[in-house]
Amino acid sequence: MTERSVSFTLNGEQREAKVDPRTHLGDFLRHSLGLTGTHLGCEHGVCGACTVIVDGAPVRSCLMLAVQIEGSVVETVEGLGNPDSLSTLQQAFVTNHGLQCGFCTPGMLMTLEAYLRSTPMPTERDVRIAISGNICRCTGYEGIVQAALDVAATRADRT
Amino acid sequence: MSARYFGAAVTRLEDARLLAGKGQYVDDIELPGMLHAAFVRASFAHGRIRSIDTSDALAMPGVAAIYTMADFEDIAHGPMPPMAPHPLLKTPITYHPLANTEVRHVGEAIAIVLADSRAKAEDAAAAVVLDIEYLPAVSDATLACDANSPRAHSQHTSNIAATMKAGFGDTAAVFAKADHVLTEHFDIHRGGCHSMECRGVVAHIDLLTGALTISTSSQSPYMVRRHLAGYLKRDENDIRVMTPDVGGGFGPKANVYAEEFAVALAVIKCRRPVKWIEDRQEHFVATTQQRGQTWTLDVAFDNDGRMHAIRGRCIHDNGAYAPYGLILPATALASFPGPYALEALDLSLDVVLTNLVPTSPVRGACRPNVAFLLERLADRIARHLGIDRQEVRRRSFVRADQMPYSTGMKARDGSPISYDSGDYVGALNLVLDEIDAANFPARRNEAKQRGKLRGLGIASCVEDTGLGPFEGASVRVTPAGKVVIASGASSQGQGHRTAFAQIAADVLGVELEDVTIETADTAKFPLGISTIASRIAVTAGSSVQLAAHKVRAKAIAFASHQLEVDEHDLELAGGAVHVKGIPDMKIKLSEIARTLSGNTGMPMPGDMEPDLAATAYFNSNALTFAYGANACEVEVDPDTGDIRVVRYVVVHDCGRMINPMIVDGQIRGGVVHGIGNALFERMIHDEEGQPLTTTYGDYLLPMASEMPRIEIHHMETPSPRNPIGVKGAGEGGTIPAAACVISAVEDALGPNGPFIALHPISPQQVVTWLDRN
Ligand code: FES
Ligand code: FES
Repeated sequence: MTERSVSFTLNGEQREAKVDPRTHLGDFLRHSLGLTGTHLGCEHGVCGACTVIVDGAPVRSCLMLAVQIEGSVVETVEGLGNPDSLSTLQQAFVTNHGLQCGFCTPGMLMTLEAYLRSTPMPTERDVRIAISGNICRCTGYEGIVQAALDVAATRADRT
Repeated sequence: MSARYFGAAVTRLEDARLLAGKGQYVDDIELPGMLHAAFVRASFAHGRIRSIDTSDALAMPGVAAIYTMADFEDIAHGPMPPMAPHPLLKTPITYHPLANTEVRHVGEAIAIVLADSRAKAEDAAAAVVLDIEYLPAVSDATLACDANSPRAHSQHTSNIAATMKAGFGDTAAVFAKADHVLTEHFDIHRGGCHSMECRGVVAHIDLLTGALTISTSSQSPYMVRRHLAGYLKRDENDIRVMTPDVGGGFGPKANVYAEEFAVALAVIKCRRPVKWIEDRQEHFVATTQQRGQTWTLDVAFDNDGRMHAIRGRCIHDNGAYAPYGLILPATALASFPGPYALEALDLSLDVVLTNLVPTSPVRGACRPNVAFLLERLADRIARHLGIDRQEVRRRSFVRADQMPYSTGMKARDGSPISYDSGDYVGALNLVLDEIDAANFPARRNEAKQRGKLRGLGIASCVEDTGLGPFEGASVRVTPAGKVVIASGASSQGQGHRTAFAQIAADVLGVELEDVTIETADTAKFPLGISTIASRIAVTAGSSVQLAAHKVRAKAIAFASHQLEVDEHDLELAGGAVHVKGIPDMKIKLSEIARTLSGNTGMPMPGDMEPDLAATAYFNSNALTFAYGANACEVEVDPDTGDIRVVRYVVVHDCGRMINPMIVDGQIRGGVVHGIGNALFERMIHDEEGQPLTTTYGDYLLPMASEMPRIEIHHMETPSPRNPIGVKGAGEGGTIPAAACVISAVEDALGPNGPFIALHPISPQQVVTWLDRN
């Protein structure tokens, strides 16, 4: 198959790349661009580990072809913060023990990042439903849920 | 030495890089010239391999090589070595790295395809032509016991690989004089592992050292090295095994796998780096699964509900192979009698081979099964006698004043099992208080007004932790004053780095951030066993403490010599050794480390041994026993059969806690795993051994929307059996959870409902039960 060119915005930077039409977005990010923060847990659209944000919406990068991001704005976990300057949400995961092995974590972060932008004041039930498409085998979810609630509460305080 | 970090809920040192997407998991490793592997796998459960035709596949674009077992003949041959040999298994029942004559479960690897991308390797794997003669398969362990059943291995005369026994006391006599005897049949379903990261291996030959170098998503890097060295007839030093960040283990990643061997053999053959990453479908058919068993138990008890004796028989579905020996079934027998003080016990367990994926320990191994059996029996006795469920337990548990308590059972080495410490009745009372059991009837009524059936469940357990023989650790202060801990204990998310740093930082008077950890690289530390059986805090944690104390003593000896001050007048704080009460009279650890690194031509001061470093191995010679009592409330919708766990309370005692936040995290995750076992996780096979649930659309895992908050209360009875007083915490959440949830569902269904002796249970099942009332 002949490669196609795609141009898109990735974590705030304009990018161009060549891509095999059958490559999904997750593999493209991980193996062509070296952004290995996005993880693949099932490659059939259920576990949510591969979630990235495309044009503001959380998307399963294992279910989207890389060629589909032409003209889009893509955000991955690498765009959230650095180890020495974590985002508020990332920091809330630290404080609430929202991760153990860290494998589901990038998908959880991106799902919640997109969710909290559109839903500033969720209830616990809302948060649980928001991440009901993300599997975590380690934490039992509680620390993740609390992290999101803490972020929402801090943001509400500030406004 | 004051504890600043030990016991504190400090946040984890691991987190920042993982949160920023900077973790290094095995699939994140790229090597120049690396080939990608895909396996050709058996598509039916039992068959004889007649021929494998790779010619079309080899001609496909990007394909570099395809190997079958026959291609490795010049390097190595025969079945893989058993990880845990057992005298009852006369011939080990292990895989070949690639099946050579017979396949015995769907998913067994037959050939390895190497190509320049994974997609091309998968395409070519699909083009390999297999000629396999169909053989009848057996997928049900009970049917497999029948003399006329097909054999899981065609050369065997029976599917029963071993019969294991355990017990003590005169069971016949106790049963003969008992007021009551009941018999129940239990069915505990096998489920899967489902670490969110599947398995994976990257291997290459290091050009500098010539060592076969392997990064693997494993709990047991040292076992991979040991067994691979044995298989290849190489020195262990010629093989280096590392575990990078590992995305969850939960037990199955403690096995040494055929794919690890096959990738290593392929690298030796093709002399190029090779990566294999298991996909989720493969995980369903090639990663070991958990604890499918059926049990028939008789229980003898008196009019007060005091349990006196149990006898029973188990059929244990071991799947097609026993890569892990008999460890899993052994944990079933060893978990008796749980918290119950029995006079007699008589158990027999048949280890049965079927044409399914092998089973091996998954979070709790068979301990959750035994908690389920014992707790269900306690509820059953209460129902039979019309007394409170908690009364059966209060009257039957080992009492705190009986500690240490010899259960009557024997350990693997023949020594008597003795519970070191604990208050099982106290834990039960506490959990009932915390869930407010006294006012449960009011909550049941309130739920009834809303059309819901509410039930209260209880379950307790005892958990052996700190399995021997050892894990070691070395502690070293660098000339920059940083502390480096090396250990063989691999981590899969348990926060070892933080916990070890907490221990060492206290002993050495440094900040947490000054401590770094190197674990699970066979080139960095000589020996290791495995991260299994809730053993690392006890074994490696104690070793870190012992090694740090040796380093501390050495720093003090050095400072005493330099400052001409008595050793007793010195202490460590702020990264220095200083005179007690005079913080300015000090020598920094960095300076000591620098001096002890040596200067050309200069003698060592005080003729001290070079290096501010020490190594220790804590031999864990006696198990430590953690325990817990759980209580939960469920609500059942009588129309749909939907079950919601609405409250879940844990009382847990794992001795002293290094980091309560990490302990709570382990318990929460463990409980949710157990709720999954009770309500969701169902690995279905047809009678031909075909798996029918190989996606997360079919195989349900517990999700955030269905899970309650888990409330945790600690009792802290320090273990006298190790220097830091800890017991393990990795599995204690899971062990009683399924029993607790099922107890609550049974309670919700009311006195006319069934005695529930199986799990998982489904909404359909609940509706059927309710219709029968
Ligand atoms: S990897 Fe995309 S949803 Fe699981
Ligand atoms: S932290 Fe391990 S899967 Fe979520």
